[in-house]
Amino acid sequence: MFDNFINLWHGFAIAGDPFNILLMVVGILLGVIIGVLPGLGGANGVAILLPLTFSMSPTSAIILLSCIYWGALFGGAITSVLFNIPGEPWSVATTFDGHPMARQGKAGEALTAAFTSSFVGAFVAIIMITLVAPLVAAFALKFGPAEKFAVYFLAFCSFIGMSKEPPTKTIVSMMIGFALAAVGLDMVTGQLRLTFGFEELLNGFDFLIAVIGLFGIGEILLTMEEGLEFRGKAAKIDAKVVLRTWATLPRYWATSIRSCIIGCWMGITPAGATPASFMAYGIAKRVSKNGKNFGNGEIEGVVAPETAAHAAGTSALLPMLALGVPGSPTAAVLLGGLLIWGLQPGPMLFVEQKEFVWGLIASMYLGNVVGLLVVLTTVPLFAAILRIPFSIIAPVILVICAIGAYTVNNNVFDVVMMLVFGIAGYAMKKTGYPLAPLVLAIVLGDSAEEAFRQSLLSSGGSISVFWANPLVSTIMGLGILALVWPLISNAMSRLRVAQPA
Amino acid sequence: MKHLHAFGLGVAAALGLSAMTLQPAAAWEPTKPVEFIVPAGTGGGADQMARTLQGIIAKHSLMPTQLIVINKSGGAGGEGFLDVKNSKANPHKIVITLSNLFTTPLATGIPFNWKDLTPVAMLALDEFVLWVNAEKPYKTAQEYVEAIKAAPDGQFKMGGTGSKQEDQIITVALEKAIGKKLTYIPYKGGGEVAVQLVGGHIDSSVNNPIEAVSQWRGEKVRPLCVFDDKQLTYTDKIVGDLSWSSIPTCKSAGIDVEYLMLRGIFMPPGVSKEQVAYFVDLFKKVRETPEWQQLMKDGAFNQTFMAGDEFKTWVEGAEKTHKGLMQEAGFLAAN
Repeated sequence: MFDNFINLWHGFAIAGDPFNILLMVVGILLGVIIGVLPGLGGANGVAILLPLTFSMSPTSAIILLSCIYWGALFGGAITSVLFNIPGEPWSVATTFDGHPMARQGKAGEALTAAFTSSFVGAFVAIIMITLVAPLVAAFALKFGPAEKFAVYFLAFCSFIGMSKEPPTKTIVSMMIGFALAAVGLDMVTGQLRLTFGFEELLNGFDFLIAVIGLFGIGEILLTMEEGLEFRGKAAKIDAKVVLRTWATLPRYWATSIRSCIIGCWMGITPAGATPASFMAYGIAKRVSKNGKNFGNGEIEGVVAPETAAHAAGTSALLPMLALGVPGSPTAAVLLGGLLIWGLQPGPMLFVEQKEFVWGLIASMYLGNVVGLLVVLTTVPLFAAILRIPFSIIAPVILVICAIGAYTVNNNVFDVVMMLVFGIAGYAMKKTGYPLAPLVLAIVLGDSAEEAFRQSLLSSGGSISVFWANPLVSTIMGLGILALVWPLISNAMSRLRVAQPA
Repeated sequence: MKHLHAFGLGVAAALGLSAMTLQPAAAWEPTKPVEFIVPAGTGGGADQMARTLQGIIAKHSLMPTQLIVINKSGGAGGEGFLDVKNSKANPHKIVITLSNLFTTPLATGIPFNWKDLTPVAMLALDEFVLWVNAEKPYKTAQEYVEAIKAAPDGQFKMGGTGSKQEDQIITVALEKAIGKKLTYIPYKGGGEVAVQLVGGHIDSSVNNPIEAVSQWRGEKVRPLCVFDDKQLTYTDKIVGDLSWSSIPTCKSAGIDVEYLMLRGIFMPPGVSKEQVAYFVDLFKKVRETPEWQQLMKDGAFNQTFMAGDEFKTWVEGAEKTHKGLMQEAGFLAAN
């Protein structure tokens, strides 16, 4: 481990080069812009810019690209908070409390909390990478299909019962999500499902299109109905908002630590930042004493998902480097980059390319500090956007949403789909069906089904594979506990009422 | 004399005609960015190759306009091929192929065929290797096959990329060759398969060299044999004294299975000969760059290059082979 510190020190010398620092700032700014535009995700951004980096040294190139990635992770929160439109899949959970805060005129606080927790999550993940990289890689290898399914199961269970709506509506919404996730090619049999001969449906329903439509367009429709008024007080613009928010954040240390653990774990396994953010939000709602107020603009509801998302996004780079398995779509594109620069990700990378690996890890530390400084200075600026009249900003949002939907697959049909999802989102909101379970099911439905069927294939159809070893049984056990927890806590509170002290 | 005149005229006319057709051959160049369709997801073998090509072409300024890589992976790549098929006579679009050029229409019934596209060139052929976890006792393909034969049907698990595609086709051929069933488990990508093998969740894989090479260098997996009719030619040491060339062929180990995957370039239907010639020439230039040579070496590719009729004949043959293999395996779509 001492070796790691010496290597890291060398890494800082490489990452601290003025040219590399400049690349960091450029990368973060580009990333924030990419993160703000829904649809143009980190993966797309990195893919577009990848060819530009071929003339740089591999270390400089990965610093630039990974900083775009950090920037996108930071930037995804901005539109979630301001307009209820998640800029990135992992910031969907940030909308639940972030947007209500903005409506109460606390956009500055919400953004500060989001950025700061992102930073905390990432920082903890980097420290973990520095200290225990080899151990973590070994842990990730233990995850076969059954273990992966158990993780998804836990994500779903920790989410059920978190919405204010009746459980039946939650389940209906989740089932619609599963049905939509099933459209397209069935990976296990290689057959098309539910496409009804429409070529447009070959790719299934992209999660981003659904999110942009359900949240973005749905929200605009609702606001229009309420008379073209922005449903929020104009935020007071005050540079001190950052400091004031910081003063309150240490109160949520328990939520932060919990979210960091969830995030690191989900990033390594690799399930990714999106399930991590949902899971952290769901668990925080259960455990926190402010849990009842979640969804009404509770700052803790912003801290939990943002910390987890960033911790997961950062730790996702570890399996990519150590095993060659990308933990996120963006990591997948970076992986392609590594190969072009002549670096083979895998167990030998840490041995043979020390300079590159530790240069990258050092740049994660510096990049995140630079990133935090850059985005925090923009808080008052972004909060000021809410002062623009709705009738001007709404068309702009619509156009950005349409561009975003188009960019996902370069397909006009997706823009139409987005509008359909928008109307569905509006109808669901009016009838009190929660959107979040639907979104969660679209995101994880495919992967969960795949893992479930892979497990059954390898066990010859026996369901006992889900408690075949201590690791998988523990995760499944936690999932079941999370599922029945509301019943238990209900029963316990009833017991307490029944036996007055 | 009359005949001669006519002959002379004919020659003159022919010369004039060929001059007229040759003129634009030298002149056609892309006038706007060229879309490079990848009918597979980001990070896979085809995507890596496409992005490397994009990088090489940009770095050496081999094309006057940009090359833009676009992934259209829906329906096992069907989305990408349909897009190219429907862009009739558009010379600013090319597509890189995997075996799904043949397998996707056969397995899913998505309506396209390589004949709907214009063949440009074969860039390389990708090899397949039988891998086991390095901690397992099997040192040779024979030992592994003996172990499979000794166990009940379906006890040994083979991991692969996708369903009813190249990896599963090889698995079925392997089952036929040894007369025992394996349990095939499909995963999304080759890198994931390699890691599942290292983690011991599957017993073997038929990963492409580039997908498993880093795990081999880390001595986590062991190659048993290569599904080609001759051994690989790359002699750079990878682990100890072993190199790609030291892997025996599966045939020599008694497993009579051969399979190579096309990494080729196609264009939309209805493009002109000159436009095709431009891209053939472009990829010839790419093949001479050091970056391409490095990629070929890293991935132990079979560097056969073909264009024109030779390539077309090859593709025809490959389609027949796939149809036969998939029919035997029962992978053809119902309709």
